[in-house]
Amino acid sequence: MCALCGILGCDDHWTAAVAREGVYSRLTSPQAHRAEAAARARVVNRALAPLRITFGDWQKRSYVLRGPTGKTAIFEGLNHLWAEAEALAGREIDPLDPAYLDRLEG
Amino acid sequence: MIPVTLLTGFLGSGKTTLLQRMLGDPAMAGTAVLINEYGEVALDHHLLERIDETVMLMKSGCICCTVRGEVAQSILDLIALRGQGRAAFDRIVIETTGLADPWPVLSTLRAHPVLQSQVRAGGVITTVDAVNAPAMLSGSTRREALRQIAAADVLALTKTDLASAPGLPLQLAALNPTARMLDARTDSVAEIALAAREGRQVPPLEAHHDHGAGMTSTTMVFEEEIDWTAFGVWLTLLLNRHGDRILRVKGILNLKGEERPVAIHGVQRLVHPPHHMTAWPDQDRRSRLVFIMEGIDPSLLRRSFDLFQKIGQRQETTS
Repeated sequence: MCALCGILGCDDHWTAAVAREGVYSRLTSPQAHRAEAAARARVVNRALAPLRITFGDWQKRSYVLRGPTGKTAIFEGLNHLWAEAEALAGREIDPLDPAYLDRLEG
Repeated sequence: MIPVTLLTGFLGSGKTTLLQRMLGDPAMAGTAVLINEYGEVALDHHLLERIDETVMLMKSGCICCTVRGEVAQSILDLIALRGQGRAAFDRIVIETTGLADPWPVLSTLRAHPVLQSQVRAGGVITTVDAVNAPAMLSGSTRREALRQIAAADVLALTKTDLASAPGLPLQLAALNPTARMLDARTDSVAEIALAAREGRQVPPLEAHHDHGAGMTSTTMVFEEEIDWTAFGVWLTLLLNRHGDRILRVKGILNLKGEERPVAIHGVQRLVHPPHHMTAWPDQDRRSRLVFIMEGIDPSLLRRSFDLFQKIGQRQETTS
């Protein structure tokens, strides 16, 4: 969590890089940070929908994934998102799998 | 932040000769060197310590957080010596001999909790031997060499005085269209190091090259502005599943809502912080992404990319 703005996602993952010279960042203000986090959650949830997994945050302190049976996985960095999602799903999530893409498209 | 440059290349391809040239050049004074091959660390030719290939995982399940513990410790030791005033250097070169794949070292620089605030990636230089490379690239040992070439920011041609190899630059450009090609013998070593550090060659617009053995480089060009959030979700998902087969991704993106382009640069599962460029290099505002990959169907890649962009746009209109 970011000590300054109290928002998750300050782990300097490349998709949410900390604002600094020369580096593209959307974390330019607490509002922009929240908007980006919300947009990311929407896209991730869409990507996880075929697996009936949802993504969100847990008390604004960690990320949380919830599976269809209520099982959850809590983690702190975006780096871990897909590994945790695959562990929860019990299978690979392959964005090049035509069947996955068909379900995503539908 | 101290730039750390990786020097790699196939056995006998001239890495050490290039390193010697670098260390002998006044323009490269202040270079600390870690040499993996002999298990030694040389700093300004005097300080020696040992490194191994210990691998640690920062957190189970996440392969992009792999850390080579001894490499990390060696760099930290160098920085500590500098802090004590016992060593003066402003860049580090790691000769990755014996590590066919530069990715674990790059990952270490990025994932280590202390190193990530002390050092930054200074690019990958891959030496390519003009005498043996043409045959080797079509021989049985080529997979390892191809991966090293694919990871390069600079392809440093060696032994060019011994063989002309007129077809080699074309062969290499087809394999890694994003790398700069320089002559390790005649070009200045400072230029070679700088080109590696900058590592921001604008990807070309050429289409698809097939290199056999399932290795391809493909360029995707996009007319529409890119949704950054959807792009990030897509690429992280893609690299999580296929990072070991995506040897390189490099691109320049025209993002929705941004005037200036953003450069993307990744090696396998590691993506460097996106670079916000000061201006477009030319009039062409189309986004382009180059992928160097093994056994991945470019049409599926494109379908997947387009679908995630569509999702990003849909989410935007419904939010």
